[in-house]
Amino acid sequence: MGWSRFLRRRYWDAERARELEAHLAIETDENIARGMTPDAARTAARRKLGNPVLIREEIYAMNSLGFVESVLQDLRYGARLLRRNPTFALVATLTLALGTGANTAIFQLVNAVTLRTLPVEHPEQLVEVRIVKTREGRTGSFIGNRPALSNPLWERIRAEQQVFSGMLAWSAVNFNLSAGGEVRPAQGMLVSGDFFPTLGVHAAAGRLFTPADDVRGCATPGAVISDAFWQREYGGEASAVGRSILVTGHRFDIIGVAPPPFYGVEVGQGFDIALPICAEPLFRGAQSGVDKADVWFLAALGRLKPHVTIEQASAQLDAISAGIFATTVPPRYDAQTAKDYQAFKVGARPAATGVSNLRSAYSDPLNILLGVTAIVLLITCANLANLMLARATAREREIAVRLAIGASRRRIVRQMLSESVLIAMIGGAGGLLVARWFSAFLVAFLSTDSNPLFVDLQPDGRVFAFTSGVALTACLLFGLTPAVRATRTAPGATMKAAGRSLSDSRERFGIRRALVVLQVALSLVLVVGALLFARSLRNLTHLDPGFRQDGVVVANADYRKAEIKPEERAAVNRAILERLRAVPGVDAAAEAFTTPVGGNFWNNRVIIGGAEQPGNVNFNRPGPGYFRAMGTPLTAGRDFDEHDTPQSPKVAIVSEAFARKYFSGRSALGQSFQITAPIGEPRPFLQIVGIARDTKYTDLREAFEPLAYVAAGQDEEPTGYPRFVLHATVSLPSVTAAATRVFTDVNPAIAVQYQTVQSQVSGSLLRERLMATLSGFFGGLAVLIATIGLYGVMSYTVARRRVEIGIRMALGADRGTVIRMIVREAGMLLAAGVIIGTVLATIAGRAAATLLYELKPWDPATIAASIAALGGVTLLASWLPARRASRLAPTAALREE
Amino acid sequence: MPKRGNPPMQGELLQGTLDLLILKTLALGPAHGHTIASAIEHRSEAVLQVEHGSLYPALHRLEDRGWIASFWGTSENNRRARYYRLTPRGRTQLARQTSRWDEIVRAVNRILRPAHD
Repeated sequence: MGWSRFLRRRYWDAERARELEAHLAIETDENIARGMTPDAARTAARRKLGNPVLIREEIYAMNSLGFVESVLQDLRYGARLLRRNPTFALVATLTLALGTGANTAIFQLVNAVTLRTLPVEHPEQLVEVRIVKTREGRTGSFIGNRPALSNPLWERIRAEQQVFSGMLAWSAVNFNLSAGGEVRPAQGMLVSGDFFPTLGVHAAAGRLFTPADDVRGCATPGAVISDAFWQREYGGEASAVGRSILVTGHRFDIIGVAPPPFYGVEVGQGFDIALPICAEPLFRGAQSGVDKADVWFLAALGRLKPHVTIEQASAQLDAISAGIFATTVPPRYDAQTAKDYQAFKVGARPAATGVSNLRSAYSDPLNILLGVTAIVLLITCANLANLMLARATAREREIAVRLAIGASRRRIVRQMLSESVLIAMIGGAGGLLVARWFSAFLVAFLSTDSNPLFVDLQPDGRVFAFTSGVALTACLLFGLTPAVRATRTAPGATMKAAGRSLSDSRERFGIRRALVVLQVALSLVLVVGALLFARSLRNLTHLDPGFRQDGVVVANADYRKAEIKPEERAAVNRAILERLRAVPGVDAAAEAFTTPVGGNFWNNRVIIGGAEQPGNVNFNRPGPGYFRAMGTPLTAGRDFDEHDTPQSPKVAIVSEAFARKYFSGRSALGQSFQITAPIGEPRPFLQIVGIARDTKYTDLREAFEPLAYVAAGQDEEPTGYPRFVLHATVSLPSVTAAATRVFTDVNPAIAVQYQTVQSQVSGSLLRERLMATLSGFFGGLAVLIATIGLYGVMSYTVARRRVEIGIRMALGADRGTVIRMIVREAGMLLAAGVIIGTVLATIAGRAAATLLYELKPWDPATIAASIAALGGVTLLASWLPARRASRLAPTAALREE
Repeated sequence: MPKRGNPPMQGELLQGTLDLLILKTLALGPAHGHTIASAIEHRSEAVLQVEHGSLYPALHRLEDRGWIASFWGTSENNRRARYYRLTPRGRTQLARQTSRWDEIVRAVNRILRPAHD
């Protein structure tokens, strides 16, 4: 009832107005009939009825809902004020939208990466089961991005634990959807049969795996696809279930589709196709890890039984560890390694929010960025508060009049706040839009071809709560002070001063100056941060890594479906290389086990003169021409050539760092060394025939470490996944097209995938690039806003001091003096801001220290450059109003007095 | 608001009494605001002066409760006026409030003129 009345209150008011008018008319008629003059008759009628407006108000109030009414009134009032000053409205809402949007976007990522629980049943019961205690680290092959357990270990833990109601294991793998030629990549997952049942995830179509699907030796298991893959490849059609799909050369029948919110249990990693773990031997053949305890490729979760705590679970896992490790010792381990292995312990870690490599890599940068965006928002608020204060000053008289005729202070504060609320509401809504766009940009930024990033960015309740909280806080920050201050004036004094007040608002003006100082200080922090990250990135991109990046293409081939026998591989490699070198624009081509910063690594210890040497040595296995292709010069000796065969004496090329470390003082050329190998395997002597310039190996940030190259041509068992490195002077697409033709000409079933060294290197610098780009953007934004703030305050100063300046000029001050006077005042604000900002920057810098490369957070040059940049821009902002002041005609200013 | 010295009941009608008087007046047939006010004054022999200003909020309240309904009509001297009529629910209310009124009058009388009367 109340609401319908409320919504029709205007209609009723109009009705009552007409009715009262009719009443007056009838009464007037009667009065005239009694003999009054028309004028007297009307006056008498009015007197008898009373004030019609009051009557209408009484009825209106009966219809209205008091609180709602006054809030609506305030908002309308606020909207009117904003409409009257569109420039202010635009600046205010835009800056606020940017501020809240940036905050929300970063928070959305923080939320998705670190806070959000998995979209499964009772995620809080999930724990990750992994090895928590090792003395010497683990030995063996590590496959995938979370190699926590081996399959024998996983099966034993699952069989012997008593603390979980269910367990699951998985391994992220890369699949290829094409039958031959260039690879069409898909993200895959090998999962245990209890994966979906334990998580409580149910099929969107068809059925998901059960333990019956994951049986050792399964020949043709079914495949489960993700909803995203279903939509992308099959348009979401139900008929997809039952169709077969070619995955890395094997056909699988699709048995079901996982529901849309389920992306797997690894944050940052989506999946397209899931297969049971028992399918692993189909892909890895003899290298299969299902029966090898030193092939680490699985990660596992457990679901705690009711009333079992994570500590109890860890304790039980600890108790069963000894037995499990004692019975699974890999036969290839030597005595010491086996002893270390048996000392491992398994434990449980919370996993309600899933597991993530992304989290450890990005939680620091994200937290720093969240701090940066919070500072941007603070600066925005300070700026808005400044603008609002200026507006409140302009309305001093209006407020004084209203206070004088009895308006309550609360009502006026509320009304003044209503404008801020409106700005905050529009800004917050705009912020959500900005955040959507911005966080999508961030995810695209962090995604690379070889490592696509999947982050679920659907805004949830937490994001909305965060955004509204941010907008509300901002609104209070910039709205409340001006509103409260506005009502604190003595109405009499304000009205007497008639807008030319000089004394009463000095205090308020002090606040505005303090706000500018705050803006300058905070901007300086951001500028210093931006410069630090930018210089750190520059240090990394401008260092000499020992190899070239331009034009180097890496082709990763896969011979498995081509049925090339191991003994034929060397000949096939040679044939391919010969044809690759003939491709127009290709000036070097060679085989290699890996390329620098390529994500693969192989390290081992070396034995020199019969003694095992301290420290690991990195290895590569290139063929002839590799050093030319990579642009890494040989400083002594020779490159590998076609005479280096499995039958010829074993040779090696070592890096300068290797030579320095192990042959200091002597010439390494002609010396020989051995590589440690598992028991029973030969340890041939390798003679050093060349010395190569140092290059980085896995990461640009590392120091040059000892690196040894063994000849690909001497490999007795060439791999089925050879890698070829090309250097081309023509465009990438034409090289890859020509290269793919070479591979398919040799054998149409060879699968090949391309990467460039340049993209691998820049992929390894993603975090640095992210920090440099974003902190640069926010630093620039902060300076811009602070400049606007200073400009506003200085313009206001000039306007207030017109008369004073006029007098000074009339008394003989020249333009230069006036400009100096104004700029000096701005300079004081700047100086105060810079001092505070420098202190803040050195404190804040500590948080960033770990993300910097060859740079200290309190780098004096960086701080000096930041101060110079900020100072230059802000002084320019004060020079404009100063120049305006100096152009004042003294007579004009004085006449106003 | 118009203030007049006499008669004494003016402006001080008991809570709800004006509602009752309006309902009673409308029981005789539809009428507009002015007629209602005049009718009350007339029939109380000018003892009860209805403050015209308070009549309209009362009418609004009664209409809101659904006891009376209104429509635009033409008055005796050809003026457009809003007419009110009693609804069935209003008629029930009238009966209920009349008996309530009688009760109150009896109770007040018992106090003012004790038992021997």
